[in-house]
Parts: sequence; structure tokens; C-alpha cells
Amino acid sequence: MTDKLTWKDMEVGNIVKEAGNACFRRTGDWRTERPILDKDKCIKCALCWLYCPDASIKPGEDGYYEADLYYCKGCAICARICPVEAISMTEEEER
Amino acid sequence: MAITEVKFGDRLLTSKEFLAEGHNFCIGCGEPMAIRMVLKTLGENVIMAMATGCDEVTTTPLPYTSWRIPWMHTLFENTAAEISGVEAGLKILMKKGRIPERRITCIAMAGDGGTSDIGLQALSGALERGHDFVYICLDNEAYMNTGIQRSSSTPYGASTTTAPAGKMSMGQITRKKNIVAIAAAHGIPYVATASPSYHFDLMRKVRKAADTKGPAYVHILTPCPTGWRCGGDITVQIGQLAVQTGVFPLYEIEHGRYRLNADPPRLKPIEEYLKLQGRYRHLTDDHVARIQEMVNEDYAGLKEKAACFPVEAKE
Amino acid sequence: MSRRVALEASHAVAEATRMADVDVISAYPITPQTHIPERLAEMVAYGDLDAAYIPVESEHSAMSACLGAAAVGARTFTATAGQGLELMHEVVYVASAMRYPVIMAVANRALSAPLSVWGDHSDAMAVRDTGWIQVFCQNSQEAFDLTIWAFRVGEDPQVLLPVMVHLDGFTLSHVTEPVLLPEQSEVDRFLPRYHYRFALNPDQPMTHGAFGPPEIYAETKLAQAVVFDNCKKTILQGWQEFRDIFGRHYNPVEEYRTENAETLLLTIGSFTETAKIVVDARREKGEAVGLISLRLWRPFPFEEFRRAVRGAKTLIVFERAISFGLGGPVVAEVRSALYDEETRPKVASIIGGLGGRDMSEEDFEYVIDRGREVAEKGSDRVLETVGIRGESEALKR
Repeated sequence: MTDKLTWKDMEVGNIVKEAGNACFRRTGDWRTERPILDKDKCIKCALCWLYCPDASIKPGEDGYYEADLYYCKGCAICARICPVEAISMTEEEER
Repeated sequence: MAITEVKFGDRLLTSKEFLAEGHNFCIGCGEPMAIRMVLKTLGENVIMAMATGCDEVTTTPLPYTSWRIPWMHTLFENTAAEISGVEAGLKILMKKGRIPERRITCIAMAGDGGTSDIGLQALSGALERGHDFVYICLDNEAYMNTGIQRSSSTPYGASTTTAPAGKMSMGQITRKKNIVAIAAAHGIPYVATASPSYHFDLMRKVRKAADTKGPAYVHILTPCPTGWRCGGDITVQIGQLAVQTGVFPLYEIEHGRYRLNADPPRLKPIEEYLKLQGRYRHLTDDHVARIQEMVNEDYAGLKEKAACFPVEAKE
Repeated sequence: MSRRVALEASHAVAEATRMADVDVISAYPITPQTHIPERLAEMVAYGDLDAAYIPVESEHSAMSACLGAAAVGARTFTATAGQGLELMHEVVYVASAMRYPVIMAVANRALSAPLSVWGDHSDAMAVRDTGWIQVFCQNSQEAFDLTIWAFRVGEDPQVLLPVMVHLDGFTLSHVTEPVLLPEQSEVDRFLPRYHYRFALNPDQPMTHGAFGPPEIYAETKLAQAVVFDNCKKTILQGWQEFRDIFGRHYNPVEEYRTENAETLLLTIGSFTETAKIVVDARREKGEAVGLISLRLWRPFPFEEFRRAVRGAKTLIVFERAISFGLGGPVVAEVRSALYDEETRPKVASIIGGLGGRDMSEEDFEYVIDRGREVAEKGSDRVLETVGIRGESEALKR
């Protein structure tokens, strides 16, 4: 998108009016490992949600918290802090 | 996705992300973790001024922004001055009836470089003038944005690109500047240290800082896997060890009175903290012993100051 | 109905700022600007002005606090001089690029070293390219008028650019002269209440000051250049409205006795008034000498300038700054403005009035005579100067 913008597209003072529009940016492609949630173990404590640096872990309808792989950079912090070891990391493979 | 409230422990936190996904922070960075906690605590009635640094460049590459709060950045060393203008501007515009009266928390946020070094003068000025704002330093103990150069906040013994360890050098030969004490020396009502590894403590302090009338200073240790040369997965554990070894104690200074928030019966040996980080890999046993002495000294000094105010009961 | 009162130029600036109902003043005292913030602080303390006065700890913070205040939509003012302008230098660029219409009075002062608190234009020349609209005043009335006008133009929704009002340190800033003060109602008619559409507030969580990667920085700069080019319209319109309401008229290039002038002297700032006396004397003697003065410095008034010098044989540029290795910064611009003209005057450059060195009538007599000589025959000196001991011996190698 950026390389299509001309000077006419610049807002006054280069203000960005659309709050949080970085959410259109994919950061999931940085990942070498992905988190896998074992729902049988999960106690829905939300620690993974609170600690995810990428804000990629979302509360789901069913009360579980799962990583949105569009953003998840695969840091494994969630796996490390999970008190019941419900999250494991698995290698990303080219498909 | 609908905004909901997430039950977290005994409190409800919003599911709204004020720091949007899609930012460029390094994998496993402690800063976005801390920022998310800060903003979930304070909600949307805030205005933030941010210094140049990692958190600024990773969140706002034109035409994108990660911020869902009113946010501004101008330069590196002037954040406290900028927020002074924001605060004074809001106040007078409300007084003159030009904008609706309401409580808006003014937040200034900067790294350790923007706080302890280049931004110190502006910070001191703003604290002394008594503006009603919260200053948050995200301390990752070096100039990480430009590539891990030493700052005055870099701890003794750490290797950085401008104070590298080598045959003739052990890396940083100076002790970490005590910016927390400097902030407190302004006689401001509230000063605290915090760590995202202790989320309840952090959120409570940020709330308290925002509720404080006048300047409040919160110093948050945000581990940097890139600069500390450690795995991106152990950010939280490293933050815990920093507290458990006493190298980064959690405390508050209210109107000059110190209070320790966590005082383990026995501090873990500093080695446990150092050995996880590549920036300390070159240290000899003697160096480690020296660092242990320093930690002991500093911690004892802090305990002395906090003696009249025992640790609060755990939340 | 105007009242005629005796006012120091600095106080005239403060009075104009008060009548503009400024919201936030953030300033650091520096000679010779001090009387401006002092008076404003006093007005706030006495309740004559409902504004926040932020007594910052440096000029860098003075401008930075202005940015913060401007970001939330406050009408914002600061003042500085010399070293102070240099200390805030990087922040000055940010104000224009982020389109915050901060108004700043500069009591022009020389730059260290050696330390000098006295006047010249070195400080102004160092901020030529910062993207601010810049005007020079010649007397206290102009200091008042142009300060009011600066708010009107800078805050115009089509413009949103900061404006610098230059007044010479001491020779203007500290001079008391009669000033016509308008009624508040007239000022209110001229200057609408400032409404900034992009003010930061929780109801519109915008991002101000995102950074520009290489894929986009250049586009932001071209956008800024276009806005700066367009602001000229509003500048002229502002002066037109000013005349309609207050009866005094301003031009990008002020002309004095230029009719059929063969020799034109160009000046900037308060020394213009001394130069006028000398021009009068030359006209008495029957010499076709005239004077032009650059009022608008940025954007450079190419069109008006070319028109003003058309027909003259010699143009002598007198200025109060040195660009080392180049000569005079003003004359360099003047020459480039004339380069594409088919007929153009010969241009001479004379530098003087540095660091508070006074310029007498005799000095301007010398400027005219020596200027004509230099324009005709060229110069063998490192710099053509006036009033500097031993100047004739400073020969080029």
C-alpha cells in the first residue's frame, strides 16, 4: 500500500487518522514456531492473553484463548508462562 | 471482534487492544507487554506523548499506527516537555470552556535513553513544575533502537556495542544510574518501579500513578531479548529473576517514603539472572562476585529506606 | 477606535498576544527577548490574560511544550533569541512539518562565540529552511500588527503553519515608541477563534508524528512544500483584511522612494528606518536612490521582489549575518532570484551591524557609495563590510 501513496495522500502534518490501522499488517510471517493449545489442559486463566507481546491471543467464544496466526510471531512466551503447560510450540513448515 | 471484559484474577480487563496487533517489536519483547498492561489499566481517556525509540519506530511506520489512543511523537529528548504542553493545553482549554471538562490522563513514555540520558533535563523540568502527568520509563538498559549501545542505565558488567567486552574491557564499568531516586528527589508525590512479570503489581501502580494529582514516575524494567542476548521466550522469567535476585526490586516512593512491594526472605544468587543473558557471558567469577556485592549493598540500602513501611500483604 | 500608547516593541508583542487571547505561552528567558515573556507572565499573574504560562527549563522544552499544547488545539505562543533559537533548532523544524501553528517572536541576536547578547540576523538566517512563515518588523507598531497577523495566517485552515515574527534585539525589542492599539472587538473580527480539527482527544484517537520510512518520507516533504507554496495567498489575504480593519497595509517587499531609482538599497529589519533618512538625503541632492525592504522572508517573495527592482541599475544588499565561505546569506538568495531575469541590476553585498554594532547615517552613506563601486568594479575583499575596523585590509588571497 505504502508505495502507491503520493504526496496528495498525506494528511495534514502526516497525521494517521485511522487508529490502530497497523492491524492490517501481517507479522505472522516472522514466525518459525507456532503455539498449539491443548484445550483439555487449559484452565482459561488468560495469562497467555495478557502476556502476548503481539496481542495475538484472543478470547474466543468458547472461553478459550487462542493465537491469531496472522499476527503471532512465535515467541513462545505463552508456552513458557502457561501454568498448566497447555501450550506447546511446534515448528512451522513450508506448505 | 466485539470488545468484552476478560476476567483476570479478581479483576476485569478490557479485551480492547489499545496497542494494535501488527507492530514491529522484536520477537518476545518486554515493551509491548508492559504497554498493553498500562493501557488496559488506564483505558481510553488518555493522551500519550512518546519519545523516539524502539516503541515509537515499531508502532508508527507511516501510513500505519498501532495506537488506538490519541498519541504523539515529536523528538527524542523532549517528551516530558511535550506532555507539559499537552497537560497545560488541556487544562486551559477546559477552563475556558473550549473543550468539555473531563479527566484525561496525560502519559509520557520513553526508554531509558530518553529518560536517564538525553531526556533528563526535560524530565526534571516537567517534574519540578508539577504538571499532572504520568511518566513511564520503559527501561531495557541500553539504546536498543540504534543497536544496543550503552546508556547510563546499562548495568555494571553488561556488554554493549559501545561498551563491548574484550581483552581490555569488561563491558560497562559504571553502575546503573539511579533515575528512580533522581525522580523521587524532585519531591513528587508518587514514584514506583514495576515489572510486567508482576502484572498485578504493575497495573496497581499505574492506576495509582494516574490517580495521583501531580507528577508520577513509573520505572518499568522491560527485558530485551535482542540486546540482552537471550531467548525471546524467557522474557517473563528474566523479569521475575530480576526481582527475585534483588537486582531490580519492586518498590514505591510516596512523598519521599519508600515501600518495598516484594521482599523475598532470601534473594536468589545474581548468577541465576546473569547466566541467562549473553550480555553477561564474558564475566568471570570475580566479576559476578563483585556484582553480587553491589546488589547486596543496593538492596540493603533500599531496605533501610523502607524499614518503617513493611511489605504490604499480597494482593 | 485605536488608542495611541507608548509601548516598547517587546511589550507590543506581548500586548498583541494578549489581545489574540492566546491559550498557552511556553518560553525561556533570554536577552534580548526577556521583556516579552516577562510581560506575558505578568498579564497571567494579574488576571489580564486567561492563559497557561509554562516556565520551561530551556528553549528546547519551550518549543516542545508548544508542540504538545498545539496538538490538543491550544493557541500557542513562544519567544526567543539567538542561542535560544539555536538550542530549539531541531524542534523548530518539527512544528512546521507537523503543521502546528505556533507563533514565535524572535528578538534577533548574534550567535556565540564570542558570546554576544546584542543584535544581528545570524539567528534568523540559521532557521531559513525550517518551513516557518517568517516576517521582519521595523518598528513597534509593526511588532504589534504582525504578531496579531501571524495568528490569523498561521492558524488559517488552509495554512496551519508556524509563523516567526522577527524583531531586532535591542534596536527594536527595547525601543519605546507610540503604538496604535485597536479595540478588542476589532481584533476579534480580524482573528477568529482557533479551531484545530485534528486536536488530540480521546474521542478521536489519532496518531501525530508517525515516522517516515524511505518509501514515504519524500512524499511527506513534497506535500509540505506544496502547502508552503500555497500559503502565500493567505499571507496576502491576511494583510488585505488587516488593512480593511485596522487601516495599515503591509507588503511582502516594502518600497520607499523607489520611483525611477537607479540605485536601490535593500535592508531587512529595524535599520531600514535609519537607511530611509539617508535615502531622503540622497533624493534631496537629486540622486535617484531608493530603498526596498524584505518584510516577508519565507516564503521568499520572488514576484514582488523582482517587480520592485525592475529598472534599477544597482542593487546594494545590506545585511547583518555572514555565511562563511559564501558571503551574505540574503544576497545569495537575491542573486538567485534575479538570475533568470533578462534585465537585472548589478548586485553588491555589504555586511554590517554584527553583534550589536550600530549603523549610523554615515555608515549607510558609505554603504551606498561603496556599494555602487563594488557593483561596478567588483571587490578584492574577503567580505565587503561596513563599520568594521581594518575592513579594507581583509583582502582575498
